[in-house]
Amino acid sequence: MKPGLDMQSIRVSSDPAVQYLLRLGDTCLILAQRLGEWCGHAPVLEEDIALTNMALDLLGQARAVLTRAGEIETRGHDEDQLAFLRDERDYLNLTLVELPNGDFAFTVLRNFAMASLLRLLWEQLAASSDTELGAIAGKAVKEARYHRQHAADWVVRLGDGTEESARRMQDALHRLWLYVPEFFEADAVDEYAASSGLGPRWADLRDAWLAETTAVFDKAKLQLPPEPKFRSEGKRGRHSEHMGYILADLQYLQRAYPGGVW
Amino acid sequence: MSSAASTPSPWQGEGHPHPDPLPGREREERAWAVLDTVLDPEVPVVSVRDLGIVRNVVACDDGLEVVLTPTYSGCPAIEAIERDVCDALGNAGLGTVRVRMQRAPAWTTNWISEEGRRKLLEYGIVPPQPVNATQGVPMQWMPQRVPSLLACPHCASRSTERLSAFGSTACKALYRCLACGEPFEHFKPI
Repeated sequence: MKPGLDMQSIRVSSDPAVQYLLRLGDTCLILAQRLGEWCGHAPVLEEDIALTNMALDLLGQARAVLTRAGEIETRGHDEDQLAFLRDERDYLNLTLVELPNGDFAFTVLRNFAMASLLRLLWEQLAASSDTELGAIAGKAVKEARYHRQHAADWVVRLGDGTEESARRMQDALHRLWLYVPEFFEADAVDEYAASSGLGPRWADLRDAWLAETTAVFDKAKLQLPPEPKFRSEGKRGRHSEHMGYILADLQYLQRAYPGGVW
Repeated sequence: MSSAASTPSPWQGEGHPHPDPLPGREREERAWAVLDTVLDPEVPVVSVRDLGIVRNVVACDDGLEVVLTPTYSGCPAIEAIERDVCDALGNAGLGTVRVRMQRAPAWTTNWISEEGRRKLLEYGIVPPQPVNATQGVPMQWMPQRVPSLLACPHCASRSTERLSAFGSTACKALYRCLACGEPFEHFKPI
């Protein structure tokens, strides 16, 4: 860390372009952190490797997006400060990605939901008015495609598998479904992004996401739960009770040893 | 572009005296030749040039600028590659080296050279098939055992299966030959 700085939390700008990028970057960052927790614990070795490989891709994407958010913010915050030195309310990830991993069914279902969303997002962001964001997206979309294919294979295999695997997958879908409306809630940040050409309104991706995911759920013989009344608000900084714990893990080293590097 | 002027050149390292600075074009050509010897740290038979991650080499007033493009967003080798490139060019006496990362256009396995593909195969890694990078691969349903169309790099049998969608690095998948029983890796097309 630069001399003179300490481990005090940083505050981020409320500029809508910065907020839009933080939603994306934080969603990748926190999902990467969750997938990393599977290292050494996945049910089979191949999936241990797969989950951590996907975590690595997501972490790379998060680093690039957070770096860009810091540049647009012009307060001199780099990727590390943004990743490690914010308070909980300044993280703008979707609530879904901060939920504990649960069982393997929930993990692969969440990966499928997120890869489907991120693939649609990256595809449109490739044409962003911000050329750096466009370049990041052009790379990331290829990775998201592969993640989606892999996760969709598992959703079908487990959903249309044994009685036990089908039960677990259906339970996972019920839990996950509570957090889906948040993906597509429209607000001023999205409006700004759409009108400035920075990126799509997430709400505009809803129909494509639903069509893609329900096609896979049909194939997996999963029943779509009813539309929930509950609304989570992670991307506006109001998080679940799990967020503080994952941040404690994520931030511990930088808070304890400010500026520590490999 | 610099020329062979008589003014002291800033890229002249003390350890590598170079009394007659080479013209820019010649330095670029030498740099490309040096880059042929810088190997990928994770697949140490193919050079960074064979992999297609060196997008450009430009001679400038104070040395060389090398433009690299990352293979995967999270590829942990990229920092080692950057260091290896700087070291190799520095040791060749080609002056101060700056590396610039360029994300767009995104790297595709289509940029791996023929030579690179041959070396991968000899090393036991099946090279990537051509890919339509803008459209990717269509969704398909994989049964638990995935028969593949890849030929085994050891015995050339086409009776092979995919064991794992991900391998020892993000860019590879793991396969097995059903004829000779040997495992092998496949460089995934992206």
